[in-house]
This record gives sequence, structure tokens and C-alpha cells, in this order.
Amino acid sequence: MSAPAHAPGTPSAPGGAVAIRVRGLVTRFGAQVVHDGLDLDVRRGEIIGIVGGSGTGKSVLLREVIGLMRPSAGAIEVFGQDTARLGAAGLRRMQRNWGVLFQDGALFSGMTVAQNIQVPLRRHLKLSRALMDDIARIKIGMVGLPADAATKLPSQLSGGMRKRAGLARALALDPPLILLDEPTAGLDPIGAAAFDDLIGDLSRSLNLTVFMVTHDLDSLHAICDRIAVLIDRKIVVDTMETLLEHPHPWIRSYFHGPRGRAALDGPTPAGAASADPTTIG
Amino acid sequence: MIAHDNAGNAGPARAWARPDAGARPWRVHLGGAWTIAEAGRLDRELARIDPPRPAEPIELDLAALEALDTSGAWLVHRFADRLRRGGAAVELVGVAESRRPLLDQVRRAHVDCDMEPDRPPRWVELTEGVGRWAVAIAAEAGALISFLGYIVVKLGVVLADPRRIRWTSVVHHMQYTGLNALPIVGLLGFLLGIVIAYQGAFQLRRFGAEMLVVNLVGVSVFRELGVLITAIIVAGRSGSAFTAQIGTMIVNQEVDAMRTIGLDPGEVLVVPRVLALILVMPLLAFFASMAGLFGGAAMGQFVLDMSFGNFLAQLQSAVNPAHFWIGMAKAPVFAFTIALVGCYQGFRVTGSAESVGHLTTRSVVVSLFLVILLDAAFSVVFAQVGFG
Repeated sequence: MSAPAHAPGTPSAPGGAVAIRVRGLVTRFGAQVVHDGLDLDVRRGEIIGIVGGSGTGKSVLLREVIGLMRPSAGAIEVFGQDTARLGAAGLRRMQRNWGVLFQDGALFSGMTVAQNIQVPLRRHLKLSRALMDDIARIKIGMVGLPADAATKLPSQLSGGMRKRAGLARALALDPPLILLDEPTAGLDPIGAAAFDDLIGDLSRSLNLTVFMVTHDLDSLHAICDRIAVLIDRKIVVDTMETLLEHPHPWIRSYFHGPRGRAALDGPTPAGAASADPTTIG
Repeated sequence: MIAHDNAGNAGPARAWARPDAGARPWRVHLGGAWTIAEAGRLDRELARIDPPRPAEPIELDLAALEALDTSGAWLVHRFADRLRRGGAAVELVGVAESRRPLLDQVRRAHVDCDMEPDRPPRWVELTEGVGRWAVAIAAEAGALISFLGYIVVKLGVVLADPRRIRWTSVVHHMQYTGLNALPIVGLLGFLLGIVIAYQGAFQLRRFGAEMLVVNLVGVSVFRELGVLITAIIVAGRSGSAFTAQIGTMIVNQEVDAMRTIGLDPGEVLVVPRVLALILVMPLLAFFASMAGLFGGAAMGQFVLDMSFGNFLAQLQSAVNPAHFWIGMAKAPVFAFTIALVGCYQGFRVTGSAESVGHLTTRSVVVSLFLVILLDAAFSVVFAQVGFG
């Protein structure tokens, strides 16, 4: 099964082509309905950006995908398995297939960066100490952290470095699917662009499927293959080019507002910021 | 492509490494899924493969690989490096074009770094730790004293101009630290009275001096234990709350916002809390003492067959007003100490949520330490001036 690496976004062979399949998703908090019959397919190998106004349930959708929350109705399948119906053992097997980066990295505060990266390895595998150290070293290098970050505690890192360390932990088990919650929020524009580049590069070289909740129009423009807009409790999924023509007023004002135009007109951030990851503050 | 093609499907093929000693050059075939799931086994399997002696060129044939991820790629590199250290020239052959970027990236990504922080020898660390600890204690004591000065000045300023007292805030804190604490203070005072009366009766009965249980309960509760149990409860539920409230406001930058608007955090946050606690704690201590007496009396009634009237009569002869006033005099001092420490620790919060938790604990420990220290000082002073 040495399939050729396909370009992100192009639908691969049928059968295993869909990483996340959401059908008829309903989420209610008391009387408030957040999602009402939402359908979404995330294809393997693509980077999909989830956008929407505040309170439209972007992060809730992410939490439902990874089984932290149960939807009120509907089904979410990740690689063909319904996350809400998996038992503890099934969920544990499933957890090897995804890595999650929470907003501020969510690193375990009492452990060094290297120890943080090794937590999933210890939980799911039996590896020798030397091999685990080497894997941690590779992940640290892949996310562009300096070598001396390995022994630092999360409190000794800047916000951008914490996110990189969180990404390294998410990648520890080489999962095929990465879920990111606002990866560039709180970073300066240069740091955000470098982080976008990093995600784009990694998703290409590791053939990752990336599910990314974001508000960053530059990220959407630079690295996302498709964009899913949560709106009126439903979802609209399409490429940026098509969404620009969409008649819905919220989508129009989102992409055609001053910020949206600036992101489109300006040089692609991927090109503008050099791919030097160490410039992150 | 990578192992994840298999995600959700049946498990990937086993990984294997097979030396082919017959081939020239010497060759090792690598095949199956070289992924993290197989890494542990593969790690041990590779360790058992020894290169030929004397060294000769070696080829690693990757043509049979079915899947490769970063861990697998690293194992390939590490195996090749080990063979090279034996003096052999090692070449990777049969590498699919699609796998080359991953192999190269992993080679580049492997940063040389220590996994353990550099640590000085144990004894140096220990000595240094003790030194740091001592300096930190001294620094905290100094800072607490200067905070004391700051608050005394603020209190003076506000009391000189009573219109500046925020009565709404004071009353609010009086309700939370005083009124709402009545049930727990009363219950613990009552139980304390029972315990003292019971243990005292047990000992005094041997001398036929059961009547003196009343003296024991009366003096110890009024003079020491009523106010002490109140201080312990107040430090635990109000001192810690002060730290958490002020600390959270610092994390939310509310305190910065106050300063920019021209409000003085000392005046707005600290003075009302200090005043409220000073006003409320003597009342709480009195309530706790009464509950303690009541507990003692109940114990006398049911266990010692001492009527309530007898208990009161004996109490009158045993306790003089000095005992009562000594107990009451301590209450505002303890209140001031607890409020001071609670607010001070709150202002030490440095923006992270975990420092709020840490300092809240610290607030309780330090205020209880100081309360008991002051209590000891009171005992010595009162004994010296003839109230022993």
C-alpha cells in the first residue's frame, strides 16, 4: 500500500477518503440550539479551517469530534468510527489517531517540554527510554523549538513556544489527524505566519489531515484547502474562492470586510515571513 | 506514504529487518510498516543485528517498506548510524521517492539536546535550596511588614476622613465573613466545649473535683479557645477568600484598571476587608465562646449530672471579667492579622491562575502561624503584667 503522496485537498481514493464525517449533528445547551442538523465531511490530507462568529459552536464542534463532549443528536465518525459510541477501550485506541492542540498549548505545568511530549508515548506504547528521548528530540526539531527548550518548564516558555511544544506533543504518536483550536490566537503576526507555515509544512510532509478552528484570515488564506463556515446553526463548506462569491451577508462581511480584503490582497504570509521558526517570540 | 493510511482499518503489517549475509555488498532488507506502533519491537530487533567483521560496505534496502512514519524513519537513521560507527560505509537503497522528504526531515529535525536539566551536585543544590529558602522567608517577612505600614497609613487616611469609607463594601464583607460564618463557628465552638468538658471530667473525677470542669471550660474557652477556633475558621474561609478574590482581580487586570482610573487598590480592596473583619471577629469569637460554654453545660447536664443552674453558679465564681476581656482583646488583633496576610498574598499574585492557588494556601498557613505566634506573645505579656 505504498500509495503516492497526494497533494493536500485533492480527494484521494474512495473508501478511506473521509477522515471526519459528521451527519445530522444537533447540539443543545438547555434551550439554546448551537448546531441543528449539521453535516460535514473532512477529507483525508486536507487542511480545513472552521470559522464562525462567537458562540456559533466552533470549539464545541472540535470537542465533540474528539469525544470530550457528546452531541445531543447525530453522529460523528472519525476514520469510520462513531466517537460518541466508542467505549473506553475503543476511545483509547482512537486517541492514537489524533493529536489535539488546545488554545494555549495546555502543556502539563509540572513537566518539562520533553516530558510533556513523552506523555502520550508512555500512555500508549512501551518504548525504551533512549528511543523515547530520541522521538522527543525529533518532535522538538520538527516544530522548530530550540534545543534548550527540551528541559524547560512550560512557565519558562513564551506563548508561541508553548504552542509549538503543544504541537510537538500532539504529533508525538504520529497521528494522521491533528485538531487545532485557534493555533495563531495571541501570536504576533510574524509568529502567526511562521506557525501557519509550520502547520502547512508538517501537514504536507506527514500527510496530515488538519482540522483547525481559527479566526485568522491570513491562516485561512495561506494554508487552508477548504473553509467551513458555521452559520445559522448549519455549516457552509467550500474553498475560499467560492466562498468569496457566497451571498450570505455574514460570509460577505467576513471575507469582504477590511481585514478580509487585506488578507487577500497582501502578499501571502507564507511567502512574506521566512520559514525560520526560531524567530517566534 | 505513512502509516496512517491504516488508521481505523485492520492493524498494519508487522515490521521486519532481515540481514542477507549472502549478498555482496552485505545487505539488510527492511520491510513492513515501520511505524511508532512497531517501534518498541523493532528497536530490540535491530539491536540484535550485528554488522560483519571486518567492516565492509552495507546496503539497507527499503524497497519492501509498506509504511513509514517519523519514528520509523528515525529507527532507519539510527540503525545506519550504528553500522557506520563500526567503520562500514552504509547506503540506503530502494527508497521510494515519496519517502525521501520524510527521511530527510527527520534527519534534520533530530536536535542534540539534553533531556535532563543540568543539575549541580546534590549537596550544592541542598545548601543552595536552604539559602534561597531562608532569604525568601526574610524577604517575605520584610514585604509583609511594609505592607502592614502601607495598610496602617491607608486606614489612618480613611478613618480621618470617614466619608471615604466604602460602607457598602464593608457591610458586604461583614456579611460574608461574619454572618455567614455563624453556623460553622457556633457548631465548632459547641463541639469544642463538649470535648474539653468530657476530657476534663475524665481526669478531674479521679480527684473528686468534677466541679472544676466548669472552671476549665469557662477559663479556657473565654480566654483562649473561643477566639482561637474562630481565628482558625476565619483564616480558612475568609483569609483564603481575600487572597483568591484579590488574586483573581489581578489576573483579570482589574487592579490595573483601577489604578488607571485613579482608584487606590489599597483603599478600595484592602481597607473594607480589614475593617469588616476587625468589626466582625470579636462578635464571632463571643458567639464561639458562648457556644463552647453551652457545649460544656450540655456535657455537664448529661454526663456529670450537673444542673444548668449549678453550672452557671460555678461559672460565676470561676471566671472573672479579665478572662473575658483578654479573650475579646485578641479578636481584633487576630482579625487584622488574617485580613492583612490574606490581602498581602492576594497582591503577590503574578498573573497566572496557578499562583492564585499556591498563594491561597500560603495565605492560610502564614496567617495561622502568625495568629498562634501572637497568641503566645499575648500569654507572655499578660503573665508579665499580672493577668496570668
